[in-house]
Amino acid sequence: MFDFQFLSYNAQSVLLSTFLLGIAAGIIGCFAYWKRQSLMSDALSHAALPGVVLGFAVLGEKNLFVMILGAAITALLGAWMIHLIRTSSRVKEDAAMGIVLSVYFGLGMMLLTFVNKMPNGNQSGLDSFIFGQAASMVNKDVWTMIGVATVVLIMMIIMFKEWKLFLFDPSFAKGLGLSLTKMNVIYMALLVLVIVVGIQAVGVILMAALLIIPSVSARYWTDSFKTMVILSALFGGGSGLVGTLISTLGSGWPTGPFIVITASLLFVLSLAVGRKKGLITLYLQHRSKQIFNGLKQMEEGQ
Amino acid sequence: MCSALTVQVQDLSAAYRKSKVLENINFEIKPGTMTSIVGPNGAGKSTLLKVMLELHPSIIGEVLFFGEKYQKAKSKIGYVPQRGSVDWDFPTNAIDVVMMGLYGQIGWFRWPNKIHKERAMGALSEMGMENYADRQISQLSGGQQQRVFLARALVQDAELYMLDEPLAGVDATTERAIMDVLKCLKERGKTVMVVHHDLQTVEDYFDQVLMLNKSVIAHGPTEEVFTNDNIMKTYGGKLRWMGGKLNV
Amino acid sequence: MSYAGWIILTASLVGLTCGLIGVLLILRRMAMMADAISHTVLLGIVCAYLITRELSGIHMLYGAIIAGLITAVLVQWFHTRGVQQDAAIGVVFTTLFAIGVILIATKVGNAHLDVKHTLMGEITFIPWEKISIPILGDVPEAVVLLTIVLCIILFVIFAFYKEWKITSFDPALAASIGIPVVLMHYAFMSLVSLTTVAAFDAVGAIMVVAMLITPAATAYLWTDRLSWMFVLSSLFGILSSFIGYYMAVWLDTTISGAMAFSTGIIFMLSFIFSPRYGLIAKWFHNRRSSKSLGIFR
Repeated sequence: MFDFQFLSYNAQSVLLSTFLLGIAAGIIGCFAYWKRQSLMSDALSHAALPGVVLGFAVLGEKNLFVMILGAAITALLGAWMIHLIRTSSRVKEDAAMGIVLSVYFGLGMMLLTFVNKMPNGNQSGLDSFIFGQAASMVNKDVWTMIGVATVVLIMMIIMFKEWKLFLFDPSFAKGLGLSLTKMNVIYMALLVLVIVVGIQAVGVILMAALLIIPSVSARYWTDSFKTMVILSALFGGGSGLVGTLISTLGSGWPTGPFIVITASLLFVLSLAVGRKKGLITLYLQHRSKQIFNGLKQMEEGQ
Repeated sequence: MCSALTVQVQDLSAAYRKSKVLENINFEIKPGTMTSIVGPNGAGKSTLLKVMLELHPSIIGEVLFFGEKYQKAKSKIGYVPQRGSVDWDFPTNAIDVVMMGLYGQIGWFRWPNKIHKERAMGALSEMGMENYADRQISQLSGGQQQRVFLARALVQDAELYMLDEPLAGVDATTERAIMDVLKCLKERGKTVMVVHHDLQTVEDYFDQVLMLNKSVIAHGPTEEVFTNDNIMKTYGGKLRWMGGKLNV
Repeated sequence: MSYAGWIILTASLVGLTCGLIGVLLILRRMAMMADAISHTVLLGIVCAYLITRELSGIHMLYGAIIAGLITAVLVQWFHTRGVQQDAAIGVVFTTLFAIGVILIATKVGNAHLDVKHTLMGEITFIPWEKISIPILGDVPEAVVLLTIVLCIILFVIFAFYKEWKITSFDPALAASIGIPVVLMHYAFMSLVSLTTVAAFDAVGAIMVVAMLITPAATAYLWTDRLSWMFVLSSLFGILSSFIGYYMAVWLDTTISGAMAFSTGIIFMLSFIFSPRYGLIAKWFHNRRSSKSLGIFR
């Protein structure tokens, strides 16, 4: 059943990449959760597609750096448009996200059909951006992933106090002199960075899953922000690793859905068993309370 | 039992998420009275109204309106919820909002007719808003919006009116307009219950007061019950009384 | 009817149906739920296929409606357990969609569904799959399905017009005067699922989202009256279909992508130029009121 392929150097690099990606996504996903912008990552992921295709079209060949740059540009453009629509018209945020998500994706699909007719079109590997094909990543990509994950980790650690304040009490933070604009810019930059790098592994459609599910799972284990971020990173990394492994079992299986399923299983587990708010815990608490009350009543009855 | 009572609440308790918000609520409201419900933030005032109207589940207890359960007495009750949660960009105008109060009476598969529209205009006039009938609601000021919502309750021609902080954040003119209408209702024999936020005006406006902090601290005629003592008990020292009107 | 004619008719039906339902989506702030449902119907369809071994329309409908309801129920359930609304939607739809993709990719039970087709639709194939209708002759199956769904939607919106209005505007009041708010919520989710599945044979899941949300949002920028919003939204939907089709033919590209993009173009134009709520109108309005106040910026 298990080939030795998973011991190959390339396979190891791929596994490392998705592991690190999962960690980065888990961390920034926590921030997005507390900013109540979980679905924004979905919109931005879809908005990245035209940029990826344009990146290829501009050079006529697959250059990962340019494609990622393109993705970042259109994703940020999308973010700006959502903001513009929401603030300058009566259209609400959910509709704005839906519009950007679908229209940009439609544009991406249009560009994709153009590109598929170009000389190098079939080798673009662009299709793999839709569902993710971690196996199509090469060594260079691993270094990119390591770089991204490191950047996210560093930014999280050195600015930890600031993040906490920014997420939970922005007005108070402002009063203390923390620049909300700067924090927002950094947050957005990190989010877009993780997204555009991550869509290779998980694909445009499912990128949001990796940003949302690990952090929601972590919520069930703790009330501490620090612990939640760490757990979320671990869940994300674990999902990336295990999911990619599973996807190697079949030929041509996309990595994205398997990573997502792994994350979801962790979520269900957390929901059921999580120490802080998991269902079983709540049930046990409820039962012990009942027993306690029962005993108390017996005492008082005498 | 006694259907001469507009409202009877017995042993009512309710929770929100995991904490108890209302505990052992017992009180009765007589017809033709105007009762203010006061208490600190989180005392459960809004929740009390919602639980009575079955908009929020209760753990235990019984609520009777005119001697009957809520479902049977629904058509005799007019509810004005808090102003906060509505989407003001909704494509509707003032008269449309008022007519929505009649949807329950109009029933399934039927459309509002001229009579309904006249009743709605009548209610708007009572609130002084007849000239704004065709205005889209986001073009109205806060006070005007509140008046439209009160008109929506009036058009239902109820016997009991329950209002949740109708005077919060409105200008003086609107406050006067609303209180005038409520007084009118009382004179016509209707019963009014108002969750009220401003202690200063309790004595001016209301003949009965229900003081609430998770359970009933005191209830009865304002002159007897609205004392410094009871206020301290209800607000638990969280309040600093700045007014000079109270004399015990 | 000509080949192109069928395609345009199908696309127009999609624009019309989605435009109508989209109005309620926008006003009830459930745009992202539509996004979620349009993904989870994939799983619904796959499951329906696995159970019935039929790829025909009616079974897809059942699968889709069930999938849509399950999505709505799960999101609600997680939300009551303390997960934020957005995050709940995100968890539910990505998981269910991923399951659907896996089922297809691993060719469980030889499901001959092409995921790309499900995402993008293949409207160019529509005119070939015909069924026989008395009187009208051979009509593409998708057209029949869409017409049926359109009729259902028109009926439901029209018959319960005031109930939709009040439950979208003020659910608390609606509940207090006896309207079954929760029932209507789930009925609405079913309608969205129905529309999604009828449309996505033609335009695929992602484009359905564009058709559901964007024309309605555009209409929102033009009118203050609910009735007009329904009319305009449908018109913009049909217009997007026309523009999209001809753009796709001219540029030789995917029709559904072009249609989705067209909804965006129309929206952007309205966003800037709409006489009441467009950017330019607002700018003029601000200038006028600043001037009258004696402030000139």
